[in-house]
Order: sequence, then C-alpha cells, then structure tokens
Amino acid sequence: MKVGIIGAGIIGLSIGWYLSKEGIDVTIFEKNEAGKGATWASAGMLAARSEIEPGEEYLLQLLIDSKNLWPSFAEELIQESKIDIGYRKEGTILIALDYDDASKLKSHYNYLKKIGIDVEILSSEKILEIEPFLNPNLIMGLYSKEDHQVDNRLVALALKEAFIKSGGILKERAEVKKVVITNDEIEGIIAKDEFYKFDFVVLSAGAWSPLIEGIPKHVIPPVRPVKGQALSIQMDPSNPIIKHVIWGPEAYLVPKNDGRLVVGATVEEVGFDNNITVSAVYSLLKACWEMVPSISEFPIKEIWSGFRPGSRDDAPILGPTRIKGLIMATGHHRNGILLAPITAKGITEFIVKGVLPSYIKRFTLDRFNTSWNEYKS
Amino acid sequence: MDKMEDYIEIAGEKFKSRLFIGTARYPNVQVMLNAIEASGAEIVTVAIRRIKPQTETENILELLSKKWKLLPNTAGCFTAKEAVITARLAREILGTNWIKLEVIGDEETLYPDVEQLVQAAKELVNEGFVVLPYCNDDPVVCKKLEKIGCAAVMPLGAPIGSGMGILNPYNIRIIKQNSKVPIIVDAGVGTASDVCIAMELGCDGVLVNTAIAQAKDPVKMAKAIKLAVEAGRFAYFAGRIPKKLFATPSTTMGDKIEIS
Repeated sequence: MKVGIIGAGIIGLSIGWYLSKEGIDVTIFEKNEAGKGATWASAGMLAARSEIEPGEEYLLQLLIDSKNLWPSFAEELIQESKIDIGYRKEGTILIALDYDDASKLKSHYNYLKKIGIDVEILSSEKILEIEPFLNPNLIMGLYSKEDHQVDNRLVALALKEAFIKSGGILKERAEVKKVVITNDEIEGIIAKDEFYKFDFVVLSAGAWSPLIEGIPKHVIPPVRPVKGQALSIQMDPSNPIIKHVIWGPEAYLVPKNDGRLVVGATVEEVGFDNNITVSAVYSLLKACWEMVPSISEFPIKEIWSGFRPGSRDDAPILGPTRIKGLIMATGHHRNGILLAPITAKGITEFIVKGVLPSYIKRFTLDRFNTSWNEYKS
Repeated sequence: MDKMEDYIEIAGEKFKSRLFIGTARYPNVQVMLNAIEASGAEIVTVAIRRIKPQTETENILELLSKKWKLLPNTAGCFTAKEAVITARLAREILGTNWIKLEVIGDEETLYPDVEQLVQAAKELVNEGFVVLPYCNDDPVVCKKLEKIGCAAVMPLGAPIGSGMGILNPYNIRIIKQNSKVPIIVDAGVGTASDVCIAMELGCDGVLVNTAIAQAKDPVKMAKAIKLAVEAGRFAYFAGRIPKKLFATPSTTMGDKIEIS
C-alpha cells in the first residue's frame, strides 16, 4: 500500500510518522520546508479546556481525548527523534486585569463548570505568589491545571526526524500541482512535473488545502486562512519571569524552555496577506505590558505571522470523502498542535483497518453537505 | 397594525425585518450563519477593515452575501479622512454605495468623534453614498446628520459591546420624534428586553452584534431578539397605558357578579 500526504505541517508529519511505523510506504510532499507554516507560527498550547467557547461543545471531547494522548505521543516522539520537545505541565492561568474582565472570567468559569470542565478560581494574592511579575493590580484568575504546552517548533523538528527514521520519504520544496482522480477514485498526484501513484492521498495542506488542483468542487474542503500575528520576547532562560501559560483579556503569553515568551495572537480575516501590521504589534505589546509591566526592557526576539486553517465551524475536517482514496486531515484552525495525536491515530486506523473510528465520524467533510452547502455554488 | 405592511424603508429600499446584525466576535462562522438565519435579519454589517476580499478559498464575505444584504461599516476608523477612504474601498469591493459610518473618538468608550463624523458624513453624502452614521444619543447631533442627508441615523443605546441597554430612553424618544428618517438604535444592547425597549420607544430598527455573538447560545439569543423586535413594535403601535402611583382595580364594582 502506498500513501501520499500533501503538506508537512504537524498534521501531515504526525500521520506520516504513524503510518510509516505500521510499515506503510509513505511520501510527504511539502511546497516549502517541513513544519514552517502554521505549525511554526503557533504558540504550542495544548489548551483543550480554557479555550473552549459556547457553541463549540461538539469539539470538546475530541480536544480532551487528544490532550490525553499527548503525554504518550510526546514520550514516543522524544524516544524516536532524540529531540526534547519542551513539553511543559505548569498549566494555564487566565487573568482578569479589571472588573469588566473579572465578571467575564466568572461567567466563563460558570460556563466551564456547567459543561463539566474542572478549573479553579484563584485570588490575586495566590496568582502573584505563583507569578510574582504579573501586574499586581490584577483582580482574580482561573487556573486550568491540565492545559499544558509544547514547543511547537521542536515538535515539528522531532516529527520530521522520527518520520524519516521510520522509513518515510519527505520531499521538501515539492509542491503538489495536481491530484489525479479518475472515476471518483484517487490515482495519485503530480509534483515537480512527475506523476506519483498512490492508493491513498491525505490532504493536510492547512490553509492551502482548498487550492490544490484536481479536486472536484464538491470535495473541496471549506477551509480559509485565518491570519494570526505573534511575537516573542527573550527572557533569561535560567531565570524566566513568567513560568505558566498566561491568558489575559487581549493576548496570551507562552514561556518556552529557551527563554522565549511567545505573545499572541491576532485573529484576522484577510486572506493570505502576511504583512506584519502596526496595530497588531501595538496591541500585542500593549496587552503584554499590561499583564507584565516588568517586560518593558526585554528584547523583542521575533515577529511573525501565519495562517490557521479555519473551517466553517472551527472543527477539523477528517477522514474519507466521496472520492475513493482521498482523505482529509485539515481545517484544524487554532487546534492543530493539540489535535495532532488524535488526527494521526484516527487517520492511520482508517487507512490500516478500513474502518472509520467513532471519534472521527462526526468530523468528516460530509457534515457540510447540509443546507449550508448552497453557499458553495 | 397589519404586520404584512409594516416595513422599514431606507433610501427607497424596503425591509421586512427591523433587525440588523453585526458579524464580529462569534465563536465560529457556522454559529454566525445559524444565528443570522435565526434572527430573520435581512441586512448584516461587515467591518471592511477587518475583512479583505479574496476569492481563492472560502471567505466570509462570499458566504454572507449569498443570503443577506451587506452593509459595510468603517469600524476602527479614527479620522474623517480614513472613514471616507474606507467607505470608497467598501464601495469598490462590495459594489454597494451603502455605508454604516463609524468614526471613533476614544478607544476606551468607543464613543464617536462627532466633529469628524459630521465632516465624513457630509463628504460621503456629496459623493452619493447612502450614509447610516453611528452617533451619540444626542438629539442635536442626530438632527444635524439627518439634515446633511443621511439615509438613517443610528444613535447608540450604550457603549459598543457594553450590554448596558438603552441608557437614555428620553433622548432616544426625542431623537425619534424629531426625525423624518429611520432611527436605528446601534450598540449597547445586552439582551432581548433591551431591544424591546428600543422598539417600544418607537425606533425603526435595532442593530445587534455582541449580545448575540457572545451569548452562551448565540442562535437562541438571535431568535429571542427577533421576537423582541416584533413584540416591541407591536407594543409601540398598541400604545402603553400611562404610569400611575396608585392602583386601579381591573374589575370595578359594577362588573362583579353577585352570588347570594
């Protein structure tokens, strides 16, 4: 059996690695460099719990299941790649800086309780005890112990390493020009003017997934780029002033093992415009400074932008399509890092056993074949 | 009131629904589409600075425009100049000369900069735009905007996103009574009853965004607000009884049935 994967982000790499471990012949095609798209741009949060919003409960179980897979996924990945991926378990603190924020956080707390998510209310004193460099005027906060994080960039490197070690073929700077389909069945793909024959093709090209040629219109995933701008500030790695993931009202802060404090992120509907804008940098820095006043004199390390693959309902599009052999693994929006283990597990199970696991069933492309389909003329 | 004949008319166009929906801050696009559907609204506003058109992938403008009339707004503009340029850009991208004009004067309260707003409104009316300005609940300013030639006037109920409701119902009533163009309350609505009050005051319509988008169940809230618009409109036509200090029995002595 031969499987071709389009896109070497965290999703494509994870699926490739899992399939390759099963002894399957896998080739991943990446138009740029592996792991340098949304995977690179993300903050690496595994925040299944604190990030959930009303109206997205259908996604919660998948997020939590994937979060629960992460520790063993990480362990195996480290073992096979020999790369430390910066898995950190301090947890996430959501903070309120004024009374408006506090009433919003309390309402969020009630909502989380109602849907059975365990978070703890923390007083400002308690928070300042754990994170003494936060703004002393903060009102209160919530603590989500299980919302961990990884260094997403190291994860990408490790996955690339593990995939290749397991016998997979990675073709970088090899843009897939076309998917070849005959009689509603996959034949293979064309990349670099060459035809590659495959039994299965997995579409995991993130925000670029709908742009691959050759896919019939009714099978094009409803995915769009949702731009995010973020930046990092260099702390002293041996003495970082922030240790937990901090969620403020206007931005989040994610401290990495190398001392970087990732500050993110904007959410913009501007297509594939990758400019760094004044308002984004201004609002991120302002939000960060309001949370951590002592940050003022620290050096800015990097500013970047990326494109989340946003599906219409923010949930990923997974599993088989009406084209035999064409499999979706895209539309993960802001949950790509978190959902990598369960996506890899589910897609691998489907390809190896031919049965779609129950936890993926509701996330197939077919869910969009409802009345809303009229919007895709 | 015959419901079938009750419509709001703006610049010669008639709409059955008096509810206008903003498209920011929903949990996701599908929830937004479902909520707008449930609201029965015919017009939705879109921030032209936030959404750029692009046709390669699915995009929100395209999804919305297939079903609803798009009313571009100039959210995020701080000067008249910027608002005018944004309006022109919107006309070019969306092919509509309608513009919901917002010129913000203060970042904390998001109150309009009236001076810049009036200036931008003048320019845009002269350029042939159908201008719907978002403004303070100030009868003098509202009248000025009407005189300039705005197609409707959109006074705020309370600061944007605050959910505090109609803070100055007296002013809203004065604004409505003085006006010959539609008055649409914009901003400040927190829940269905706030919308009802606006409609009972005689307003021609209400614009709602955050109250729906950030509700625990946006689709349900959209439905509730749709019903509130209708309830408030009916109540306005039915006419409320005057408020009195003392009770009046609803059953008078003469109405009583004697049981012996």
